Amino acid sequence: MDLSAINPLLFVAGFLVAATPLIFAAIGELVVEKSGVLNLGVEGMMITGAICGFATAVETGSPLLGFAAAAVGGAALSLLFAFLTQVTLANQVASGLSLTLFGLGLSALIGQSYVGIKPPRLGDIDFGPLADIPVIGPILFTHDIILYLGIALVAGVWAVLKFTRAGLILRAVGESHDAAHALGYKVKRIRTAAILFGGACAGLGGAYISLIRVPQWTEGMTAGIGWIALALVVFASWKPWRALLGAYLFGGITQLQLNLQGAGVAIPVEYLAMSPYIITIIVLVVLSADKSAAPASLGRTFHASN
Amino acid sequence: MKLTTLMTSAAMVLGLATGAMAQDKTKVGFVFVGPVGDGGWTYEHNQGRLAVEEEFGDKVETVFVESVAEGPDSERVMTQMALDGADLIFTTSFGYMDPTINVAKKFPDVKFEHATGYKRADNVSTYSARFYEGRAIQGHIAGSMTESNIIGYIGSFPIPEVIRGINSAYIHAKKVNPDVQFKIVWAYTWFDPAKEADAAKVLIEQGADVVLQHTDSTAPQAAAQEAGNVITFGQASDMAQYGPKPRVSSIIDDWAPYYIERVKAVMDGTWESTDTWDGIGPGMVGIGEISDAVPANVKEEALALKDKIASGEYHPFTGPINKQDGSAWLAEGETADDGTLAGMNFYVEGIEGSIPE
Repeated sequence: MDLSAINPLLFVAGFLVAATPLIFAAIGELVVEKSGVLNLGVEGMMITGAICGFATAVETGSPLLGFAAAAVGGAALSLLFAFLTQVTLANQVASGLSLTLFGLGLSALIGQSYVGIKPPRLGDIDFGPLADIPVIGPILFTHDIILYLGIALVAGVWAVLKFTRAGLILRAVGESHDAAHALGYKVKRIRTAAILFGGACAGLGGAYISLIRVPQWTEGMTAGIGWIALALVVFASWKPWRALLGAYLFGGITQLQLNLQGAGVAIPVEYLAMSPYIITIIVLVVLSADKSAAPASLGRTFHASN
Repeated sequence: MKLTTLMTSAAMVLGLATGAMAQDKTKVGFVFVGPVGDGGWTYEHNQGRLAVEEEFGDKVETVFVESVAEGPDSERVMTQMALDGADLIFTTSFGYMDPTINVAKKFPDVKFEHATGYKRADNVSTYSARFYEGRAIQGHIAGSMTESNIIGYIGSFPIPEVIRGINSAYIHAKKVNPDVQFKIVWAYTWFDPAKEADAAKVLIEQGADVVLQHTDSTAPQAAAQEAGNVITFGQASDMAQYGPKPRVSSIIDDWAPYYIERVKAVMDGTWESTDTWDGIGPGMVGIGEISDAVPANVKEEALALKDKIASGEYHPFTGPINKQDGSAWLAEGETADDGTLAGMNFYVEGIEGSIPE
């Protein structure tokens, strides 16, 4: 066992990167579910964002354009889900699952000519002297802009949901679409906007994997991260900061267990391997003891005649 | 009444006719653990499938299902394939072993071929390649080239096939570099690019300047490329797009000749349950081109080692070799028997850490 092999600065910086795709996907899905829609297509939107972002970044040479394209790609796919569930009133669970299958297939098709290519690299933001502060500098001030955008997004979503009229309306639609409708709010329009936001966020999360975390394109490369994001939203009781905490816990413990394995710590590997799932669930379940419930209209189809 | 009877019988005749036509085609199914575009393990199996189509043209019909989870769900996929009329089904991952045996019991007329396992039945063959021969060459290059003397190894699952590879690489790295140390990280997945990349990054952060992988995607190659001065080896497929550095060589699985031979056997009715385990010699394991990033003398030694293994002159597990606990395994000059290798569940002396249960 050689714990000195683990560099704590690199470790923390590493887990911030590992958690970022989860943060994007989870915060997007959180907004969707707050509006009363259950979109199980996160995985499909992520992988679509991953290839749209990758392809655009490679073709234009600009990673930032890639991220923009990823958001558009994810949102475009979610528009399909919005059409199915809001216009044709299809079952949300079935539509979401088919969205995942469709996204996986579509991305594999688009991505065929992008295997084995190295994408342009997105540079870290230059914070000047801030990056030279011991310990805090290398941990907090040596990342790319998208990572900070993820944290800002969580803060933004939290503030909008809690303090603004728009947030109140979104929550009203999610709690009781009939009441919101009776008050004159456009339930379908609001839900469609939330679905598009969720799609864009998932797309960004996917592109963060293909452009920064790995960086490459491989078919099916999200490998279940979308599903973890979905679970995270539930265990975080639909609260933005808890989702962030959950993502950091999950990403952090995943990194930590890989580090401990590398350092040869005498904890059986199978326990280490399952620890991210178990610890994240336990912590979030304990936190949610305050009985915060799901949005009351979650997953229910709305039609004005009901 | 008469008309309907006529139509019914016509439909039946038609049905029989198409049924008979379907009989002419040999239907071959493939169950894959990852996507065919993983750039590694599944990619090569799919190349084998395409070679079968190329070889037999209209006489064969192939079907495949990709990204099938190991365990119970694979049983459902195999059952569906058998019900859909497959004559021969290749199940291409270790974790399909028990499901394959279970489904094979229910369909005695369907032939099954399971890759990398050890359970056989009258209608179940097993086949695998001696990847450890290629691992010996990787170990030699890795041991010669490492400057930090730390070699990172990304394991998938602690099964004999993976442990054999670790041991073989370690023995040959140690031979050229007595100070070499292996850091092993188990990813508990065959295919998860993000996790594989994370594992590679962690190993590099902990000082490894060589990363060996036994997972299926090219993600560790990308992570090594990003990190800079690190070398890697293509796994299961050439992964040449990451050469000349980080990827300096590779193990390439060539399943095509075997798949063609087995499909032919089913067509001819000569198929029998067999156990095939071929290496560099017969060509089932290929060594990808050793790039210029490798010093010329190391490359020469590696190629000489490859030739000696191919001709059977040298066995990668030749004594004296002790087990990790110090007990003797192979005496001077003794070579490992296939039975022990097939069930290998111990590290050789010098590797640190323990194998997960």
